[in-house]
Amino acid sequence: MTPLIEVRDLHFRYEDGTQALNGVDFTLHPNETVALLGANGSGKTTFVLHLNGVLQGEGSITVCGMPVNKDNLAGVRSKIGMVFQDSDEQLFMPTVLEDVSFGPLNLGLSPEQAVQKAKSALEQAGMAHAAGKAPYHLSAGEKKRVALAGVLAMNPEILVLDEPNTFLDPPAEGNLLHLLKSLPQAKLLITHNIYFAAALANRAVFFEKGKLVADGSVEEIVQRFNWTYDSLPADLRYSAQRRF
Amino acid sequence: MHHVLVDRWSQGSTALHRRDPRAKIVALLAFLIVLATTPPDAAATLVIDAALLLSGILISALPLVNLLIRAATVLPFSLTFGLISWLAGDTWRAVGLIEKSYLSAVAVLLLVGTTPLPLLLNGLESLGAPRLLVLVAQFLYRYLFVISEQAQHMRLAASCRHGGEHAGSRKSRFRAAAGALAVLFARSYRRAEGIHRAMISRAFGGHFSLLFPPTFRASDALFTAAVAAFLIVVRIQ
Repeated sequence: MTPLIEVRDLHFRYEDGTQALNGVDFTLHPNETVALLGANGSGKTTFVLHLNGVLQGEGSITVCGMPVNKDNLAGVRSKIGMVFQDSDEQLFMPTVLEDVSFGPLNLGLSPEQAVQKAKSALEQAGMAHAAGKAPYHLSAGEKKRVALAGVLAMNPEILVLDEPNTFLDPPAEGNLLHLLKSLPQAKLLITHNIYFAAALANRAVFFEKGKLVADGSVEEIVQRFNWTYDSLPADLRYSAQRRF
Repeated sequence: MHHVLVDRWSQGSTALHRRDPRAKIVALLAFLIVLATTPPDAAATLVIDAALLLSGILISALPLVNLLIRAATVLPFSLTFGLISWLAGDTWRAVGLIEKSYLSAVAVLLLVGTTPLPLLLNGLESLGAPRLLVLVAQFLYRYLFVISEQAQHMRLAASCRHGGEHAGSRKSRFRAAAGALAVLFARSYRRAEGIHRAMISRAFGGHFSLLFPPTFRASDALFTAAVAAFLIVVRIQ
């Protein structure tokens, strides 16, 4: 099966000298949902920003058969939909409909086609009723859904979700989980919430100091790196654990 | 926030709001040229120009007092130059400076308050304004929201850790404010970088396409021609 994403020996150093990625190899196959786990600053977000060419390091990246380079950026960005951790960074147009149409218009669709795509994506995300609203009037859960709709309107083959459950209350988190589960795209999920990861992902990889050090099921990775609340005293564990 | 309020004004649906942005930009240009060439002692002409602006504000249903107060932002600058002219013995020049700058500010606010910014910038671009300049204006406006939001967060955080608005010496308060300003710009820069990343991730190629591009109709041409003709007739009489 041809992989959707193939990354080989990826290195990246920030301008301040921080070595963020130190030889990452990674493959994503169709229909897979992979959780990217690891400590803060381990390189997860830096890694996904390379997949659509926002950051450019050393090494090779192929997305849907296209090498990620300056000549292919438009094509690559139409294949990868990226939902950022903070929805406010993603919603910058005056109304929800205009914001969701932003991507399709940039792909060269006519305004009529872009509106059609945007309405259908808003419908899919359960946010059709908010089309005329200003994004800053929405709740955190609604903003997340609109940000997702903005990406779905571009018909991507891969969804990259950077801590999608941040700022969400439990019901909104549950709704988002249902929505993500229903989407057919292959997904890359950055999260610190192992319950969210276990409910959504069929594979997990673990980042440590800019390297991908383990690959397996979510349960295997969680056990291997003790990525749980188990070190807490028993009386604190109940409040820290959540179930879906 | 000033820009949020003006943004809200621009979402109206009056006859003036519905005019093509290009028609309104050209009418504004005609107004500014006529105003700039009007002698400062031509009181009747200036009163008619002011009446034209007043009728524009009333037609567009913008809050009159609020708009006039906001236009007064230019007064500290024009008063300074007016004072210099007055001290130099040129009283009419001083009066003209203040009158004209205030009327210009009202006219610009009337345009901005009746035209959503994306449409306004698109209109400027199609009238030949440099694309780079238009793009910078577009980003600048968007980032104003970012800076005000960051400033509000920081103010809230500071007030939670502060002994009161007047706590500490004047010097220490000044130092804290200067430090906060530096942090505000650093945080806003980071935030703006995040927005830019999100934009290019959605295939942004340096051009804002409009979802509902305006169409220049015969009524728009008539509007511009009527405003320009009226201003010229008033000016030459």
